Amino acid sequence: MTVSVSAQRTQLRASVERRKLFDRLFVLVGMCILFAALLTLGVLFLNLVHDGAARFGWDFFSSFPSRIATRAGILSAWVGTSLVMLVTIAVAMPMGVAAAIYLEEYAPKNWVTAIIEINVTNLAGVPSIIYGLLALGLFVYKMSLGESILTAGLTLALLILPIVIVATREALRAVPRSIREAAYALGATQWEVTAHHVLPYSTGGILTGMIIGLSRAIGETAPIITIGALAFIAFLPASPISGEFPYVNFTWLSDSFTVMPIQMFNWVSRPDPAFQVNAAAAGAILLGMTLLMNGIAIYVRYRFRKKINW
Amino acid sequence: MVNLADSPELQSAAGVDAKEIAAQPGARASVQVSVDEDRRSAASSAPIKARATDLNFYYGAYQALKSINIEIREKQVTALIGPSGCGKSTFLRCFNRMHDLTPGTRYEGSITLYPDDTNLVARNIDPIEVRMRIGMVFQKPNPFPKSIFENVAYGLRVSGRRSRVGIAEEVEKALRHAALWDEVKDRLDSSGLSLSGGQQQRLCIARALATQPEILLFDEPTSALDPIATARIEELIATLREEVTVIIVTHNMQQAARVSDYTAFMYLGELVEFDETSRIFTNPSKKATEDYITGRYG
Repeated sequence: MTVSVSAQRTQLRASVERRKLFDRLFVLVGMCILFAALLTLGVLFLNLVHDGAARFGWDFFSSFPSRIATRAGILSAWVGTSLVMLVTIAVAMPMGVAAAIYLEEYAPKNWVTAIIEINVTNLAGVPSIIYGLLALGLFVYKMSLGESILTAGLTLALLILPIVIVATREALRAVPRSIREAAYALGATQWEVTAHHVLPYSTGGILTGMIIGLSRAIGETAPIITIGALAFIAFLPASPISGEFPYVNFTWLSDSFTVMPIQMFNWVSRPDPAFQVNAAAAGAILLGMTLLMNGIAIYVRYRFRKKINW
Repeated sequence: MVNLADSPELQSAAGVDAKEIAAQPGARASVQVSVDEDRRSAASSAPIKARATDLNFYYGAYQALKSINIEIREKQVTALIGPSGCGKSTFLRCFNRMHDLTPGTRYEGSITLYPDDTNLVARNIDPIEVRMRIGMVFQKPNPFPKSIFENVAYGLRVSGRRSRVGIAEEVEKALRHAALWDEVKDRLDSSGLSLSGGQQQRLCIARALATQPEILLFDEPTSALDPIATARIEELIATLREEVTVIIVTHNMQQAARVSDYTAFMYLGELVEFDETSRIFTNPSKKATEDYITGRYG
């Protein structure tokens, strides 16, 4: 009797061991893939830092581009990138969030809505050069906005709108039905439920989607080239903030500009190897900016998740 | 007078587990008091607060409620019992027009609210108005991820109350009525989600009470709670009948027996039997009711 019991147990253990082997195998494969991906990124980043090391320093940030590689800097590029991102946020955030709220909370569930939803998702996959061509035709020629910061900001806003909409809808959907019901049961209107509850509780997810969208926009080159950003700019746009009344101005919106990826592209395409160092340094900084933004997104999500756990 | 909780027929009938009751001595005592003294005296004389007349309800083409007729007495507790899917929650949610949130639903007939003869399910009556008069407590505690104070104040804010002092007074009153004040008075600013499950449910009751609803609907309010928290909620419902008319959906027949004055048994979308709770549990007139409460099906 005891023999058979122990034999049974041995058999059971063998079976468990066998099945757990698959568990371990899967973890191993997953780790390998993850490691390969991270290693590539890491090597790329370190390589850029190594190549560009000679140029890091305050001068690099505070100098305009120059024909002499060792004097050239990214001042006009990072200022341009920052201002373009400002326009992109100002346009994509309200439009994207509003569209998502409408689609998720208000839109009737019929075929028109279904078509809109499918197309929003599809738009996220449209190549960015197409957005550039659209912007060239619409903003530059039809609306005569010129090859300006405004045009670039609007173009990138269009580009990331689908990302923002999809992420926002995801965040809105994560607010449980029971919370909405609680608010409705107290006599709240649909707008009150949305503004007092659904939006505040999904802020973390919305901000995360926004930042992810921006980190895509910050690296976009193709559409910006298409609308005609200049590669060599040795002046800054008008300052958005001034010392005298009304302190804020918007003339910078119509100024010409360049952005980080274009500055990089310009340097890479030059024959003088000294410029390659500049390109590497600018690349490392751009990659750093993107990683920083993603880091902020992760932190924001973490903070909001901690405050609200259903 | 029949003492429900002690009657041996009922205990066996409703499947009362002696151990479970023994585990909640406080609840048992207080429920008994309310069953014995409060209930019978007021029951038959209480005025009618609401009356459903030939109420039909449809989810699209599916008819979920079939010609329901019932009278809800003022400041009494009415329990809706029946097997899963019998329509008791559906019926409850007609009272505050919760179904209006789901597209493709339709009401027929009427639920008249007295004394002003308002038909709650009429198309020209705004569901928002209905919900401001009739409160609801849900199956799972669902406090907002806001402070305890803001949770209770929300209904008042929605209804347009602005005075800080006034709101603070109402919040305290509601929390006292929900028997939660003493536990939370020192931490009104902490999140409603930091409370235990039972406290969260009492917070939701306070939230619903703050706007002084005329009827308070409970949709299986204790099904997510442990026995001790359940006992406290039941105790609370027993005291609430001094203030407000209560309708409660419950899966637990002992609970219906313990807290309610009237019980309605529903089956397959129909109201099978409606009577005083004591009669339903001791001497039901329909065979189906008897089968259900004796545990033969459901």
